[in-house]
Amino acid sequence: MVIWSTRRTLQAIGVLLAMSVIVFAGVFAIGNPADILLSPDADQEERARVIAQFGFDQPLWRQYLTFLANLLQGDLGRSFVFNEPAIQLILQKMPATMELAIFALLISIAVGVPAGLYCGLRPDTPLARGLMAASIFGFSMPSFWVGMLPIMIFGVQMGILPTTGRGATVEVLGIEWSFLTWDGLKHLLLPGINLALFKAAIIMRLTRAGVREILPLDFIRFARAKGLASRRIIGVHVMRNIMIPIVTVVGIEFGSMIAFAVVTESIFSWPGMGKLIIDSINLLDRPVIVSYLMIVVVLFTVINLVVDLLYTALDPRVRLDEQE
Amino acid sequence: MTMPAELPEVSVEPQPAPAPWRQFATRFVDSRLATLGAAILVILVMLAILAPWIAPQNPYDLAQLSILDSRLPPLSPSSEGGVYVVGTDDQGRDMLSAIMYGLRISLSIGIGSAIVACIIGTMLGLMAAYAGGRIESLLMRVVDLQLSFPAILVALMILAVVGKGLLNVLLAIVIVEWAYYARTARASALVEIRREYIEAAQCLALSPSRIVVEHLLPNCIPPLIVILTMQVGRAIALEATLSFLGLGVPITEPSLGLLIANGFQYIFSGEYWISFFPGLTLMLTIVAINLVGDHLRDLLNPRMEK
Repeated sequence: MVIWSTRRTLQAIGVLLAMSVIVFAGVFAIGNPADILLSPDADQEERARVIAQFGFDQPLWRQYLTFLANLLQGDLGRSFVFNEPAIQLILQKMPATMELAIFALLISIAVGVPAGLYCGLRPDTPLARGLMAASIFGFSMPSFWVGMLPIMIFGVQMGILPTTGRGATVEVLGIEWSFLTWDGLKHLLLPGINLALFKAAIIMRLTRAGVREILPLDFIRFARAKGLASRRIIGVHVMRNIMIPIVTVVGIEFGSMIAFAVVTESIFSWPGMGKLIIDSINLLDRPVIVSYLMIVVVLFTVINLVVDLLYTALDPRVRLDEQE
Repeated sequence: MTMPAELPEVSVEPQPAPAPWRQFATRFVDSRLATLGAAILVILVMLAILAPWIAPQNPYDLAQLSILDSRLPPLSPSSEGGVYVVGTDDQGRDMLSAIMYGLRISLSIGIGSAIVACIIGTMLGLMAAYAGGRIESLLMRVVDLQLSFPAILVALMILAVVGKGLLNVLLAIVIVEWAYYARTARASALVEIRREYIEAAQCLALSPSRIVVEHLLPNCIPPLIVILTMQVGRAIALEATLSFLGLGVPITEPSLGLLIANGFQYIFSGEYWISFFPGLTLMLTIVAINLVGDHLRDLLNPRMEK
């Protein structure tokens, strides 16, 4: 277990290094990096300062090491647009995105797991068939389109829910949060549902598949023969066994929610880091782009690592496989 | 209703007695949903191909647009005597025509990028399976690494580096998608390689490239067709999303995604049709592709054989 965890952690560090090489090669080695990190109207002095700071007059491998060192110190240049350190700018926007992603994740679990259980236990009822068909829509629809429909209906036609921004926020621990105010919660509702829809469909299908797989197994039949209440069979025996894949998928999907928040934030003008990156790409604010890419890569690698470690902790069979 | 009309078309193929294609078609129409999807898809593709001839106007010929007709709701009469069935946009453009032209662009990008990605991914996957060793593990590492990031993020990364534009979007979609084909091709090739016909081909001292292309490839095709169908839908959705975010096709070649983006600002004033109908078309296209793909997967999967 310890050996495996260490190996997996080393592998994650390897992935991070590989990604930093890719981002470095993509952004710095293609084209003139000084142009990338300098705004077009920078003067000669500013230019010389940046070239010296990032060492663009040095050989490539040394430039990469400088890039890594700067990265570890959290310094990837200043945003041209906001004239603030790029990393700091993104970290400021991160809580809004996290809040949205966590809220959406909770919705998708709250909808997906019960719906999946129902579809797995009663696969032939019209409702289950309907839910399965609806789930095809859920994950094949482009999410920006799905987000626009509720704006049209609840925001514009009925006018009962706000469709842009975060609403009122409360400061707790130095960070602004929306979900602690009634107004903020209302603002959170539509973007949250939008982001949750796709994941709810996946979680539902996964839960259904898990239930269908486990129900015919001997230990369930034995539990039934023993005369256990079906509530207990489902709640304990079935749930415990389908939880493992669900936990894995939920973990991985959390990362992808942060990525997909880019779309949701653009539709609902949610002031998170996804909206920031789109604006930055449009304004060619490259220090922010580079910082966003590196932060998301780190976030993803850490999430994948945690999920993998959790998975081994939850399922002893994985550990046994590894030991062979 | 439409499918019986298509059946004779299949039967005219000069196939001998068992006629595998006909058998396949009969099994395909067993699913009403998939048949419906196929029918919708045929109609949409026809609309896209025939757009220049059947669209009420050429939406990008400015001489044909009348600014007086801008932002008319669906079913409004036009100043030239016709009817705008689904309304007009802010420049007085007939949305029906714009949708048909947009569908052309969306479908071309989706199908084109899926095919390019399929060729590249399949070749790399087959090579990995056949060569084995270092090449295989390196390639599969790259595939695993890439698939652990969501498609939209990989596409964003690529566009952040190479910039916006039609070709760059194509490039981004191909890079996002090749890994799926590589993984599928390798998986089915690993099964096929152990079969006797490959051994036989090796005994004949055929060149590796010939064995891979002429013997291995044809036997790995069924699962690839399924992936290809699904990925066309995903490519269309991804392109629409990128265009919606303003990172995709240029304004001179608006795909469905860009049409939706253009209409987005107007939905707040209740002029829903400018982005609603392109969105509806996009939805129909993607759902139809998925219905067909879902059923193809069941049909072509040997484990599901009843």
